[in-house]
Amino acid sequence: MIRPADQFDVAVVGGGIVGSSIALGLMERGQRVLLLDEGDLAHRAARANFGLVWLQSKGDGMPAYMRWTRRSTDLWPAFADQLRQMTGVDVEYRRKGGVYYCLGEADFDARRRKVASMRAQADVFDTEMLDRTGLERLMPGVRFGREVVGASYCHRDGDCNPLRLLQALHTVLLRLGVDHRIGAPVERVEAVAGAFRIQSQSGFFESGKVVIAAGHGSPALAEQLGLPSPIRSERGQILVTERVRPFLPLPGSGIRQTADGTILIGSSSENVGFDDRTTVAVGAGMAARALRVLPSLAGLRLNRTWSGFRVLTPDKHPVYAESSRYPGAFIALCHSGVTLAAAHAGDFAEAVARGSLGAFLDQFHAERFDVRSAA
Amino acid sequence: MFVQPPKGVRSRLIAVTVDGEEVLIPEGSSAALAAMQASPTGTRRSPATGQARAPYCMMGACFECLLEIDGVPSLQGCLIVVRPGMTICRPQGAREIPDA
Repeated sequence: MIRPADQFDVAVVGGGIVGSSIALGLMERGQRVLLLDEGDLAHRAARANFGLVWLQSKGDGMPAYMRWTRRSTDLWPAFADQLRQMTGVDVEYRRKGGVYYCLGEADFDARRRKVASMRAQADVFDTEMLDRTGLERLMPGVRFGREVVGASYCHRDGDCNPLRLLQALHTVLLRLGVDHRIGAPVERVEAVAGAFRIQSQSGFFESGKVVIAAGHGSPALAEQLGLPSPIRSERGQILVTERVRPFLPLPGSGIRQTADGTILIGSSSENVGFDDRTTVAVGAGMAARALRVLPSLAGLRLNRTWSGFRVLTPDKHPVYAESSRYPGAFIALCHSGVTLAAAHAGDFAEAVARGSLGAFLDQFHAERFDVRSAA
Repeated sequence: MFVQPPKGVRSRLIAVTVDGEEVLIPEGSSAALAAMQASPTGTRRSPATGQARAPYCMMGACFECLLEIDGVPSLQGCLIVVRPGMTICRPQGAREIPDA
């Protein structure tokens, strides 16, 4: 290299949960890290999500994603402990198991078939079906609606407070000395003599490597680096009730009670671009389903609703890639930044620091979509 | 909502109860104001932490003024105008889920 030492070893573009987790892992590996955050106008999935740390349902059709999710959830307990020790912030992680409620026999049968199919795909998949009696035994004292015939259950599932997670990540990054620029939309990234020059609204930076982890802000930057970014947005809405005495011991599909007693109700999916409104129709539908699962929620007051945009690839599994044209430029796209946070801070950061994604993570390259369309 | 009537103008006082104690308060006031008048050091306890809390924004945004009014729990007291004989209770701790 002709130029003097670069200012940063790695620039991470994206200050949400995905980018912050990767930045943390890089800092722990002795890298000098620049973390660039677009600012409050960004479509911040990290601030809108439901907070599940979740295995079941993840990776149907892609065993590598099942293994990756399992890996991250196995790292999560130590990850949460580490964040608490370094910051004093309790991210309210619980790993007591999680359920997917089935309403009616047809729903239960469909779920059973999916679980059986996923179990056949990878030995790490250990979700089981519970009939209603089994579900009631799992959650004593909870009164379920008449239509609840059972659930799928994974004992490794859990949840956390995603806002506390983001707070803890930013706190620990600050303590470790990351250069965290907020309100710094990146306009241009170019490879110059084996390094990267980043032009942002808070100035120019140089780094030896660059990681694009900017959620919906990624495609424009990825294109400049020859990186794939096959994503679309999917709006999800969430209802938030008043706080009530803790009565729901486990998180479930579309219903969980936070450590403070709030009930969060999801989950919807709509293709509406980046229209971030909430709608009464979707909210009413989610509330109606929640009441079919847990009738005693009737009469609870809703305090607010919000919407956010999932970052979805064509098969909904993550995309990780290094640019073949510009080695040292990486991209990380996924809609499960909370679940995968521990693996992003661990194995993914390790791979970036090493300078190669390696055989396992290479399976997540977006080339899989080209193969499928060519076949 | 914080505007006091001009000097010499007497607004009619009406009687409500806050935790069983009678409170006289100018007509048109909010239930949150009645609760504050009865209990200036806090109108509820946080269901999460047990901490004493009091109305903050008085415009429907902060949810700090939650009260039980005429038997209905968790109402935003700042958005409800007092009526004669209104029964206001200050919540102590988390609301129970009925027959959960």
